Amino acid sequence: MSLLLEPSPTMIKEKKLYRDMGLTDEEFAMIERILGRLPNYTETGIFSVMWSEHCSYKNSKPVLKKFPTEGKHVLQGPGEGAGIVDIGDGLAVAFKIESHNHPSAIEPYQGAATGVGGIIRDVFSMGARPIALLNSLRFGELTSPRVKYLFERVVAGIAGYGNCVGIPTVGGEVQFDAAYEGNPLVNAMCVGLIRHEDIQKGIASGVGNTVMYVGAKTGRDGIHGATFASEELTEQSEQKRPAVQVGDPFMEKLLLEACLEVIYCDALVGMQDMGAAGLTSSSAEMASKAGSGIELNLDLVPQRETGMTPYEMMLSESQERMLLVVKKGREQEIMDVFSKYGLEAKAIGRVTDDHMLRLYHRGDVVAEIPVDALAKDAPVYHKPSKEPAYYRQFQATEYVPKVDNYEEALLALLSQPTIASKEWVYEQYDYMVRTNTVVAPGSDAAVLRIRGTNKALAMTTDCNSRYVYLDPEVGGKIAIAEAARNIVCSGGQPLAVTDCLNFGNPEKPEIFWQLEKAVDGMSEACRVLETPVISGNVSLYNETNGEAIYPTPIVGMVGIVEHMSHVTTQAFKQPGDLIYVIGEAKQDFGGSELQKWLTGRIFGKAPTIDLHVEAKRQRQLLAAIRAGVVASAHDVSEGGLAVALAECLMSAKGLGARVAISGDVVSELFSETQSRFVVSVKKEDQQTFEQLVQAVCIGEVTNDGALHVTSGDTCIVHIPVETMRNVWKGAIPCLLKSKD
Amino acid sequence: MKFAVVVFPGSNCDVDMYHAISDELGEEVEYVWHDVDSLDDFDAILLPGGFSYGDYLRSGAIARFSNVMKAIKKAADEGKPILGVCNGFQILLEAGLLPGAMRRNNTLTFICRPVKLRVENNETMFTSQYERGEVITIPIAHGEGNYYCDEQTLQQLTANNQIVFRYEGENPNGSLQNIAGIVNEKGNVLGMMPHPERAVHELLGGADGLKLFQSIVTYWRDAHVVTT
Repeated sequence: MSLLLEPSPTMIKEKKLYRDMGLTDEEFAMIERILGRLPNYTETGIFSVMWSEHCSYKNSKPVLKKFPTEGKHVLQGPGEGAGIVDIGDGLAVAFKIESHNHPSAIEPYQGAATGVGGIIRDVFSMGARPIALLNSLRFGELTSPRVKYLFERVVAGIAGYGNCVGIPTVGGEVQFDAAYEGNPLVNAMCVGLIRHEDIQKGIASGVGNTVMYVGAKTGRDGIHGATFASEELTEQSEQKRPAVQVGDPFMEKLLLEACLEVIYCDALVGMQDMGAAGLTSSSAEMASKAGSGIELNLDLVPQRETGMTPYEMMLSESQERMLLVVKKGREQEIMDVFSKYGLEAKAIGRVTDDHMLRLYHRGDVVAEIPVDALAKDAPVYHKPSKEPAYYRQFQATEYVPKVDNYEEALLALLSQPTIASKEWVYEQYDYMVRTNTVVAPGSDAAVLRIRGTNKALAMTTDCNSRYVYLDPEVGGKIAIAEAARNIVCSGGQPLAVTDCLNFGNPEKPEIFWQLEKAVDGMSEACRVLETPVISGNVSLYNETNGEAIYPTPIVGMVGIVEHMSHVTTQAFKQPGDLIYVIGEAKQDFGGSELQKWLTGRIFGKAPTIDLHVEAKRQRQLLAAIRAGVVASAHDVSEGGLAVALAECLMSAKGLGARVAISGDVVSELFSETQSRFVVSVKKEDQQTFEQLVQAVCIGEVTNDGALHVTSGDTCIVHIPVETMRNVWKGAIPCLLKSKD
Repeated sequence: MKFAVVVFPGSNCDVDMYHAISDELGEEVEYVWHDVDSLDDFDAILLPGGFSYGDYLRSGAIARFSNVMKAIKKAADEGKPILGVCNGFQILLEAGLLPGAMRRNNTLTFICRPVKLRVENNETMFTSQYERGEVITIPIAHGEGNYYCDEQTLQQLTANNQIVFRYEGENPNGSLQNIAGIVNEKGNVLGMMPHPERAVHELLGGADGLKLFQSIVTYWRDAHVVTT
């Protein structure tokens, strides 16, 4: 009935209705050529979502090809639900990060919640048991009511979903900058554990096999979500609220447990999450990967609402749904597993050999499209790239900060929301459930033990987007290097990377240039640090009313801690321990917290980085940790050495530190020079440590509860840890409470 | 001694409870699905935390209609130790095995952090291994742990020494009189919001919860020696 209300193929062409769905005139002409006829409304919709940037990576594919994706540990590279790396003992770790930026900008609670839900499904669709969640968030300055609202609701949404599903949220990062005012970033990462033999793939092979649908019913929510994610946000975006899905974490929990049980049933051929573009992408991709075709009877699709059209069903992004391919005749075995959890597995179609996606509805064929045209043969564009004017200008700008009062500067930096304690955030996440969390949020990387072994996994998300903005290539290198630094500080060997490339509109040459350069830098760092990219996601069009966010390639990294005794945290441990710094400070203030605090903006050159020096220092530090001679380790990042020292004291009860610096005081204290670490070492380990690591001893841990810094004979900083802790812990709650 | 960990759809601390018993306590333990009829084979029943039935309607409100609840009531009548933690506590309240109700945390947010508890009553089968007044550190992780009961119930709880744990120092959720855990009048059903099963190993940040499980075993051994 409602079919009659849909525009006819001729009308779609003549009135160019496909443009509203995000297709260009050229793309529509391509579709006409592929089909040899005009597409109907359903088919136009299917093409438009599958050819959206979000599903096809049409603008980013040529760039993504630059990433190194192979390595001796890699069992599964990009292309499946999640990448997988071997960690020995027959075990492997599966992980991926994904964005949910646009939905979160419009409806922060559900946007963030369903972002978490989607990434969890990506991991368990591989057959892996999700063991940890991380996230990476960006918001505008925490001064406007709108930003506070977005921040509070995004955190609540992540908590609401992750806590209920029972997967600990163990780490992440939150940064605040005006560039994200209208377009916050919500990237969610999930890490799973799997035995090699249990690895599943999203393939629809075996002609005649049955396609089954499980999970939540299909509703009208999220229609065109993928298309919406592939355009800029504007004042009209608020009207796209219906394109935001609603999450049901309880359904997810049932689905998770059932799917992890069903993988042991050899009737299962393949499974895939119905994520972006829902039923359309899961069916087309599964068939395309297997070189087969797929046929669905839409009358059999479980529906939440009455009178849904094929267009609505195929484009719905209702959450918590999975598509399974099952050996013909053995459907009952699958149904039995799901029914234990109160879920219905329903046969809705079959695998064919004609490479077509064919949909039936009320007895008619309502769509007939070659699967490869939707998946691997989707268009790819090589966008023009142009160096932006600002870059040249920044490269020519020298910046040397002046600081009159070092104590005032340090306390001010500790209260910057980007540096301040994120306790307000992570205490809303259940970071302990399943009792494997050995290093909780707040240290360099989170660490989870692996039951039944003596090993642990270290994991982190990182990106300093200010550096990437100032110099995308260098910033890209730093993002990878910093993530690896955090893993090493925790006692882990970095294994692999998942990335989420959050950028502006790639159709603007200056934005495409940022993307290209950042990926160049990241790729080089991945090669030098031997951390291949095994999965990832691209989120472009992060612009509000024409203003792009800072280029933000978030790096998710996982490392292996070979023995539990190697687990290391940033906190100083006992009085008398020697404090060392690895790496020298230079005048690196472009994009620094100090610059931001002093001038209110960022400009100039990003800090430089020599990846080989980085790799060498990481190797040395890890060797010392493994030798058992490192009491604590922390990387020097935002806010420089002074902030790093303060952070080492925040959770160390009653301890203080007395250090002496030499050289340019402002650089020594606050410069953000790369590849640096603060390490504490027991006195009896001094000799062994110094044999293993090139480092300078700058002082020792005390029991006087204060940070004491001297330069020559002058005391330049003397602050009680309690004072620093109050400022650092109080900053975010204080900003949230303030009325202006 | 044999423990049952009851698993409802949406339970997610079942694994933690199971490993606390098997790995740290070294006792026999089995998962029991919510649809079983009998718990006769078990000596103690553990209701784990999580979000049974998604906490839809109210925490624990749907789980209390599960088939297993009849068996849990029977075990309670028989005097077997029954421990409900977090969502398990909420279910015991909804099922009427313990008095009172839960409200949302007064912060209106979910809170996950280690908190300090004072052992108010060490003369229960769950707390005999603690000192009276001992302050222990156990993590909480909940959004609805703000315990409430009417004046008369509170008087009864106090008179019968049924308040087993109180938050020491800061009250994280606004619960009445800092209540963190209570037992029934008979003393064999304990409900508590903090998670002792998360504090059973120094690796996890502390082992103050272990004595709670050891108390149950001690109680059972003593009872067992007397009856045989």
